[in-house]
Amino acid sequence: MGGLELKEEEFFAQGHRACAGCAEALAIRLALKATGKNVIVAEATGCMEVVSTPYPQTAWKVPWIHGAFENAAAIASGIEVALKVLGKDIKPVAFAGDGGTADIGLQALSGALERGHNFLYICLDNEAYMNTGIQRSGTTPFTAWTTTTPVGRVKRGEDRSKKDMPAIVAAHHVPYVATASVGYPWDYVEKVKKAMEINGPCYIHVHCPCPTGWRYDPKLTIKLARLAVDTGAWILYEMEGGKIRVTFKPEKRRPVREYLKLQGRFAHLSETEIDEIQREVDSNCRKLGIGWY
Amino acid sequence: MRRVLNGNEAAAMAAKLARVQVISAYPITPQTVVVETLAKFVADGELDAEFVKVESEHSALSVCLGASATGARAFTATSSQGLMLMSEILYVVSGMRLPIVMTNANRSLSAPLSIWNDQQDSMAVRDSGWVQLYCENNQEILDSVLQAFRLAEQVFLPVMVCYDGYILSHTVEPVDVPEQDEVDSFLPPYSPKFKLDPEHPITMGAVGVPEVYQEFRYQQHEATELAKKKLVEVDEEFGKRFGRKYGMMEEYRTDDADIILLTMGSLAGTIKEVVDRWRGRGEKVGLVKLRLYRPFPAEELAEVLMGAKAVGVVEKDISMGWVGALYTDVVAAFANVKRRPLFLDFVMGLGGRDVKFSDLDEVIEITSGAASSGEVGKVLHWIGLDVEKVR
Ligand SMILES: Cc1ncc(C[n+]2csc(CCOP(=O)(O)OP(=O)(O)O)c2C)c(N)n1
Ligand code: SF4
Repeated sequence: MGGLELKEEEFFAQGHRACAGCAEALAIRLALKATGKNVIVAEATGCMEVVSTPYPQTAWKVPWIHGAFENAAAIASGIEVALKVLGKDIKPVAFAGDGGTADIGLQALSGALERGHNFLYICLDNEAYMNTGIQRSGTTPFTAWTTTTPVGRVKRGEDRSKKDMPAIVAAHHVPYVATASVGYPWDYVEKVKKAMEINGPCYIHVHCPCPTGWRYDPKLTIKLARLAVDTGAWILYEMEGGKIRVTFKPEKRRPVREYLKLQGRFAHLSETEIDEIQREVDSNCRKLGIGWY
Repeated sequence: MRRVLNGNEAAAMAAKLARVQVISAYPITPQTVVVETLAKFVADGELDAEFVKVESEHSALSVCLGASATGARAFTATSSQGLMLMSEILYVVSGMRLPIVMTNANRSLSAPLSIWNDQQDSMAVRDSGWVQLYCENNQEILDSVLQAFRLAEQVFLPVMVCYDGYILSHTVEPVDVPEQDEVDSFLPPYSPKFKLDPEHPITMGAVGVPEVYQEFRYQQHEATELAKKKLVEVDEEFGKRFGRKYGMMEEYRTDDADIILLTMGSLAGTIKEVVDRWRGRGEKVGLVKLRLYRPFPAEELAEVLMGAKAVGVVEKDISMGWVGALYTDVVAAFANVKRRPLFLDFVMGLGGRDVKFSDLDEVIEITSGAASSGEVGKVLHWIGLDVEKVR
C-alpha cells in the first residue's frame, strides 16, 4: 500500500448539503474517483440521497437514480440487466446506508447477490439512521446511544452487538467482500478499484463516522475513523474465495477507550462497560489474528 | 394465428410480441402462469429478454424501474398481495414517469386469505398514477397489453392491464395472435430521450422540495389526462391494423336505455347476456363496460349515461364504511351535470363469490324500481350475500 493515486476530476461535486465532517460524503467522493465516469449509480433513501439532489440541483456528475429506501440493490439489478440487453459494458454501483442495507434493504440485497448480478454494492455505515435523526439500526454498536436506544435509568443504550453484515454477504458466496474506512482512503480506493474489475456481485462495507449522530466535533472525523481501525473496533479486510485477508494491521493496537471517549454517544459508559466492549473487540481481533503489539 | 389461450397465456404472449427486454415478476396465484410462460419463452430462446427471478414483488417492480430508467422495455405481472407489496414502488415508477407495463390478475385481498377473484387489489391503487385498463376477455388482454406499451411510451406513464383472476386467467378462449412483424410495425423499439447513460449523466428520482413538488404532480396529472386522448388514438390505429378496437368504454344497447348498468372486467360479458334477456321482454336496459378506469373518462361517461333514468353500478370492490370506488367516481362525474340519472351501487362477487344471472336480474329489478319511483332509497346493495351467515 503506497501513496494514494486519484483522479483530480470530481464526480460528486461540492455544494451538497452534508454536514461538515460527513464521512459518507467522503466515501462517495472517493469511490467515484476510483470508478471513474463510466458508471451508473443507484442510491437508497438516506442522508446522501437527500443532501445531494434537492431538485433542480444535483451533486452527481455520473448518471444517478434513487427509487426508495430498501431497493437500491434491486434497482441496480434492473440497471445491470438492461445494460446487458443493450450491450453496454458498465458495472453499476449501489450506495446505501446501514439501515438501507442491514435492515430494510437486506432482502433486496440478498436477492441481488444470490442472482449474481455484476454490480458493486457499497454500504455507508454510520451505525444508525441518520437521515431521520439518529435512530438505531442493526449495525449500531453495543451500548451506543441513539434516539431509539436512549440512556435512562434502566436502559444503557443499544443492548445488542453490531450485526456482522459482511459475513452475511459472504454467506452468498460472492466473489468479493471487503470492509473499509474513510480513515484509510488508499485501502478503500484500492478495494473499490479491485471490485470494479471483478465480474459479479461485490460488496464493500465502509465505516463512516458521523459527527451529528455520534456527537463529536466535525474536525475529528478522520481521527475517529482511524481510531476505530487502530483500536480494532473496526477491522479492514477483504474476502475472496472464502478466505479472509486482513488488509491493514495497526502497528500497535490501542485501547478501545480512546475511540469511545471522543464520542458523545458513548459518554454514559462506565469503566465496567468499557471493559466489556474491550473484551468484545479483543475477541473479534483474535479471530482475525490481530494481537496487541 | 388463432390460438386457444387462457388469460395468463394471452398476457405472456402479448409481452413476448412486444419484445420486452427485461421481465421481472414473482409468482402469485392466479397470475403465476404469466411468469412461468415467459420464463419458458426465454428458456426456449423464443424471447430474447433478461428474466430476473426476484425474491419479492417489491424487487420485481424495482428491477423494472432500474431497467426502464436505463432504456430497456420492462414488464412485470402480479396480483393481490403482490400488488400491495409493490404499492410503494408503484408511486415511485409513475412519479419518475417510467413506461413500465404490468398485468394484474385481479384477486381479493387478505384477510381472510382468498385466492379468488374480485377487484379490490387494483382499485386500492387507483391513485398510484398508473393508467388502468380492465379487460372483458382474453383477446382483450392480449390486445390491451400491446396497446399499453404503445400508450405508456408515448405519455411516459406506467400502465396496468387488469383482468379477473380465474374467470379469465384460468379460462381458455380462442385468441387471435397477431404476427410478429405486424406487432413490430405497430410498436417501434423503445428508445427514451432520457435515460441513465454515462455519456449524458442525469439525476433521476431527486428530492422534490416544496417549491417544486406540486409542479411535478401537476405535470404528471396533465400527462395522465392526456393519456385519455392518446389511448383513443392508439386504439384507433390498433383497430386499423388488427381489426379490433375497444375505446375507453363499450356501450352495449344503451341508445334508448332507461336503465344502464356500469361495470368493469369480465362481468360485462355476463351482463350482456342478461341485458339481451331483458331486452327480449321489452325492457330498455343497457350496459356500459368501462375499460379505462384511470385516467377516468368522466365527461365521456356522463355523456353516455346522461340519458338513462337510473344507473346501477356493478362492482367487485368496497371502500369500507362508504360505497364501492367506481360508484364514487361516476357520481362525481355528474356533480356539475344538470341532467342526471339516479345512481345505485351493487357490490358483489367479492372473494370469488359466483355472480349468477339471478343476481343481475335482482340488480336490474332494484334499479328499474328506482327509475319508476324516482327514489333511490338505499344506495348500497350487497348482492349475493348469505344473510344467514351474517346474522
Ligand atoms: C419504507 C420507508 N421507511 C422509512 C423511511 C424513512 N427513512 C428514510 S431514510 C431512513 C434512515 C436511513 O438510514 P441509513 O440507511 O442508515 O442511512 P443514513 O441516513 O444514516 O445515511 C429512514 C428510516 C423511508 N424513506 N421509507
Ligand atoms: S447526519 Fe451524519 S451522515 Fe448525515 S449528512 Fe450529517 S454527517 Fe453525514
